[in-house]
Amino acid sequence: MDLTVIHAIARHDPGYPPPLAELHDPPSRLFVRGEVDALSRPGVAVVGARSCSAYGAQVARTLARELAAVGVVVVSGLARGVDGEAHRGALEGGGRTVAVLGCGIDRDYPRSHAELARRIVASGAVVSEYPPGVEPAPWRFPARNRIIAGLSLATVVVEARERSGALITADFALELGRDVFAVPGEITSGLSAGTNDLLRQGAAPLTWVRDVLEGLGIEPEPTPRTASVSDAARSLLGLLGDGAAAADELTRASGLSSAEVAAALVELELGGLAAQADGVYRSFSPGRSPGARRPA
Amino acid sequence: MLARATTHALVGLEAWPVEVEAHLQRGVPAFSIVGLPDKACQEAKERVRSGITSAELEWPLRRLTVNLAPAGLRKEGSGFDLPIALAVLAASHQIPAERLAQHAALGELALDGRVRPVPGALVAAEAARRAGLERLICPPESAPEAALAGIEPIPVEHLAQAGAYLRGTFKPPRVAPPEARNGSGGPDLADVRGQERARRALELAAAGRHNLLLAGPPGTGKTMLARRLPGILPELTIEQALEVTRIHSVAGLLPAGRPLVDRPPFRAPHHTASTAAIVGGGAGPRPGEATLAHRGVLFLDELAEFYRPALEALRQPLEDGSIAIARVQGHAVFPARFVLVGTMNLCPCGGRGDPAAQCSCSPQRLAAYRDKLSRALLDRFDLVVQVPRARSTELAGSPGEASAVVRGRVESAAVRLRDPPDLSKPGAELLARAVDSLPLSGRGRARVARVAETIAALAGEASVGAEHVAEALSYRSPTELGSWT
Ligand SMILES: Nc1ncnc2c1ncn2[C@@H]1O[C@H](COP(=O)(O)OP(=O)(O)OP(=O)(O)O)[C@@H](O)[C@H]1O
Ligand SMILES: [Mg+2]
Ligand SMILES: [Zn+2]
Repeated sequence: MDLTVIHAIARHDPGYPPPLAELHDPPSRLFVRGEVDALSRPGVAVVGARSCSAYGAQVARTLARELAAVGVVVVSGLARGVDGEAHRGALEGGGRTVAVLGCGIDRDYPRSHAELARRIVASGAVVSEYPPGVEPAPWRFPARNRIIAGLSLATVVVEARERSGALITADFALELGRDVFAVPGEITSGLSAGTNDLLRQGAAPLTWVRDVLEGLGIEPEPTPRTASVSDAARSLLGLLGDGAAAADELTRASGLSSAEVAAALVELELGGLAAQADGVYRSFSPGRSPGARRPA
Repeated sequence: MLARATTHALVGLEAWPVEVEAHLQRGVPAFSIVGLPDKACQEAKERVRSGITSAELEWPLRRLTVNLAPAGLRKEGSGFDLPIALAVLAASHQIPAERLAQHAALGELALDGRVRPVPGALVAAEAARRAGLERLICPPESAPEAALAGIEPIPVEHLAQAGAYLRGTFKPPRVAPPEARNGSGGPDLADVRGQERARRALELAAAGRHNLLLAGPPGTGKTMLARRLPGILPELTIEQALEVTRIHSVAGLLPAGRPLVDRPPFRAPHHTASTAAIVGGGAGPRPGEATLAHRGVLFLDELAEFYRPALEALRQPLEDGSIAIARVQGHAVFPARFVLVGTMNLCPCGGRGDPAAQCSCSPQRLAAYRDKLSRALLDRFDLVVQVPRARSTELAGSPGEASAVVRGRVESAAVRLRDPPDLSKPGAELLARAVDSLPLSGRGRARVARVAETIAALAGEASVGAEHVAEALSYRSPTELGSWT
């Protein structure tokens, strides 16, 4: 595919995504790089702080991976932090993802995400209501956020400070009458202030991916992926169920050698059962052993 | 009257023979040095004149010309003082010229005639020996080092002693070459509590000579760990020890009383170091930190603070194990085969990776910090480990394993690695799977495979299994972890 091709879809073209048309001021034209087709699948927005914590990064990534694995298109804003993690997670899950820009369609903003954008358009799409050449500007981001909300059947906010952009996305989603989820965070962290506000206002708490999928009527992946993990990996997963931990803590708690722990953690990472950021490992479903998922 | 003395000029890490000719002629008293001397060498005039007078010898009141041959070779430094003084004394018949001709000489003179050490005695002694000379007149500090070359050092404290020796009225003490003192020195790994993962990575780095990056919040023991790497590296062979000693001799860095560098060196340049200070260069040219770390450890504490060009310049030695420095005449090649150890915080404020602290860095500041460490540079680290803040219980725990025990394992693994174990089928499959599902470059794949070989060798296994590949994958860099953008 020629990656420089830019498609333009007008408001009344058949390819214009119907959920987007429900906005009260839908963009008159949508520019698209990549697979236009990606816009016709059910989408879920995963958005949040640019300077997220390791925890936020982890949750965004794992959530996006699991959504993508069951065919949901992950929609986000290509920003640093949560947005970037969401796009990456979706790609890791072998799924499609859509990035909505607040600048001209030909720009990769931020520049450090140019490579990520290239990977996104290979299966998904980068979209914008702005024609080539339009510079990024802060006042364009709220307008961009309405498109993220418009393209998505549900919106998940992973970490947001008070009055942050992700909350604007959530507002648009609520106006559209769509589901808004907030990931619970630490009450002592400024990065949870926005999400905790959402929860107080009635947003649903998201504790695992099934929370979103149920609302969309999508069956979670049935295959328990832990069937084939080694004993060492299984015991680490049990320990991670009690909370995030550094490799050394797992070594001491498990009685395994540092080498065995390192190997088992990689096994969990490759299996998508745990992830690492800044030296701290987390499993995605705290308190639940992977074999025993909550019944639907 | 004409007399000659033999000495050596340093060019990079080599010593080139230089003939010192002193020529006395009738005429108005004058003293000139010809033959491309540099400034320090020109100043020899004052030191030689004053030294001869202080030694209660006679300064010849005639026209004196000293020629340093070959004229095309640039003479740097103050090591020519002693041979010039001796040639002048021989030309003025105060010492026997034939006896002087059987010696090489090297040393700086103080104004009162004392003989002071200069860099490079070992290489000068080796060159003298190659030229068929059997004795080197030198300062006492340089004598043990010179003895390593298999030459007989004649240690002299004062110019008067040198004169007396050549006249046969003073017998200097014999100096034996220093012996290697194995397995000692340096801080011990037993001091480090907990930090099992970082200790494991340190052991792998030592066994496979892998470059290691320790990342984590401030005060978690990164510097402490890095300083303990030389103590677990295998012993240097005698050839390697001589090679390293030669470099340190030329740099004038041999510690007093410890003339043989018998343990792998540890070099820790400050982050303000210039490119030339790190890779070498300048007049001479002088070896840089990378060469001084040859066969040992180059430690860059706070990697992100270093000048970017200095870091980029390290890419050549990391690839080739040597450094070529362009010179007016051709280029000099310095050996530089070291294990690179770097440390860094995970963000500028240091809050990242510390469960007890919060990162207060703006996204821009964080991105700028990460940009500073180019991907190309991070790619040179085979092993990247996060060093978390130790819990208080961990710090109160029992002492860790001692360096000597770890070094024992490292030495057997290093022997096994001479014929690296083969990659097993399950190992190859896991590696292929990782390449598919992780952002792992071709170079990254090769690196993981090499680390996996080291892990298998440490385990004493004949082939590299899936568990070895898995562990190796756990040390990949943050860019490959995808948590960096
Ligand atoms: N695991 C440990 N075992 C024993 N002492 C430790 C350990 N970790 C830290 N210390 C103590 O803390 C001091 C500081 O450690 P060190 O200087 O190595 O930290 P650092 O990680 O290099 O920090 P920075 O990032 O600030 O340079 C050490 O000198 C040592 O006394
Ligand atoms: Mg330090
Ligand atoms: Zn920070």
